[in-house]
Amino acid sequence: MEVLFGTVKELVALAEAQNKPISEIMIEQEMQITRRSREEIVAQMENNLSVMESAVEQGLQGVKSTSGLTGGDAVLIQNYIKSGKSLSGDLILDAVSKAVATNEVNAAMGMICATPTAGAAGIVPGTLFAVKDKLNPTREQMVNYLFTSGAFGFVVANNASISGAAGGCQAETGSAASMAAAAIVEMAGGTPQQSAEAFSIVMKNMLGLVCDPVAGLVEVPCVKRNAMGAAKALVGADMALAGVVSRIPTDEVIEAMHRIGQSMPSALRETAKGGLAATPTGKALEAEIFGKDKTSRDTVNS
Amino acid sequence: MKYRSVFEIIGPVMIGPSSSHTAGAARIGRVARDLFGRQPEWARIHLYGSFAETYKGHGTDVAIIGGLLDYDTFDERIKTAFEDAAAVGMTFEFIPEEEEADHPNTAKIVIGDSQGEMELVGISIGGGTMEVTELNGFPLRLSGHFPALLVVHDDRSGVIANVSNAIASQGMNIAHMEVGRKEKGKMALMVIEVDQMFDETLINELKSLPNVTQVSTLAN
Repeated sequence: MEVLFGTVKELVALAEAQNKPISEIMIEQEMQITRRSREEIVAQMENNLSVMESAVEQGLQGVKSTSGLTGGDAVLIQNYIKSGKSLSGDLILDAVSKAVATNEVNAAMGMICATPTAGAAGIVPGTLFAVKDKLNPTREQMVNYLFTSGAFGFVVANNASISGAAGGCQAETGSAASMAAAAIVEMAGGTPQQSAEAFSIVMKNMLGLVCDPVAGLVEVPCVKRNAMGAAKALVGADMALAGVVSRIPTDEVIEAMHRIGQSMPSALRETAKGGLAATPTGKALEAEIFGKDKTSRDTVNS
Repeated sequence: MKYRSVFEIIGPVMIGPSSSHTAGAARIGRVARDLFGRQPEWARIHLYGSFAETYKGHGTDVAIIGGLLDYDTFDERIKTAFEDAAAVGMTFEFIPEEEEADHPNTAKIVIGDSQGEMELVGISIGGGTMEVTELNGFPLRLSGHFPALLVVHDDRSGVIANVSNAIASQGMNIAHMEVGRKEKGKMALMVIEVDQMFDETLINELKSLPNVTQVSTLAN
């Protein structure tokens, strides 16, 4: 059986030709590939949405990871928003806090939905539950947000990578932020092409981002990269909705991300051997957590 | 196409912190339990590469034990898997290995009870997806990209034909298939990757076939 789309160009062309949102094309492809009913597929995505909602709520109550490296920042940011002093805007900071909340829950061994990985799980739900308060979507539109994110992620996963070990953080939080930007555009009433533009604008600003987790754990700097990924997703979506277009077509941006990932040294692809993991403080934290300094480690996480 | 379903992108629902070190590890444990067909009484788990280095920080150990208790990736009981294992009387030990495995996230799980034992090697390749590379000394080449059926059977004539007929009768196409045995006339293993998702009907039908002893699935 054939997939309906393998590139963003094909995805947008299908949506335009059939006058359907991207989320609908994704649902139709899923029905075709898995032979499951629309009801089953939508129900599974609704369940994923509920999991994301619970994780955000839990994180906003304040959690702490086993290692002690992360936790509590989502609460700090929410309190700051309430003080009325935010400079970058309440909606952006709300998305940031909810992305952080999700990743803090993840680090604390709570339940999350990988989007597209656990390490990047904050961005898609973080932006969704922030934009929700402004756009007042129906539950169905919120589920469609996830299908649209998934459609773009599907192209990235098959044509490039969504693994930090293979492509660096650009493949994880980069993909997640770009997927979220495309979904925000659809929810805000933008066109399929504008979703693609938003994806490109954000991905172009994530290119080259390395994966360098301290002690090999999905905590530092992963949580804060989810925070900034959420902020970029919102700004990128706004730019596309304003009519800004990417000079480089989306599929070529994805191809560039793939090639950059392939040329990244392994020390910067989730081995905890380079970047922030190799800083004096990064190494000291690792020694503290694992009891000894493992300099010859070979760590791959996602 | 490496990824086929939107739920490989938006999913899995899982207990954190790592899709490869936690969710993938739980899935390796659960497939082992599935193939064993019953609750093992003991487990010896050898960890290699990154699994050996960071298993405690990632909860890889509780995730594998959770899998051996038949918990899914999203089961909150993963966190109390050690206590739960004690409650059902399963003993276990983790052995971090120094030697390098082919893949950085490799686990070798040896499980058993008074009736027998089983050995499985699994690797976690990212995003919660895992592959089985060895079962009881049978090297497997399970890509993990297709839904797969693992059929343990007695090495008798006609078993392969019966299994493939049952699959064909469901209108399903086989993408890749391999059969291996350790000794003529003894236990054999069929690994069948198919193009479509299968349902309980097919699995039950396969289980009812003569000389088939165990059917397990990898649906990712």
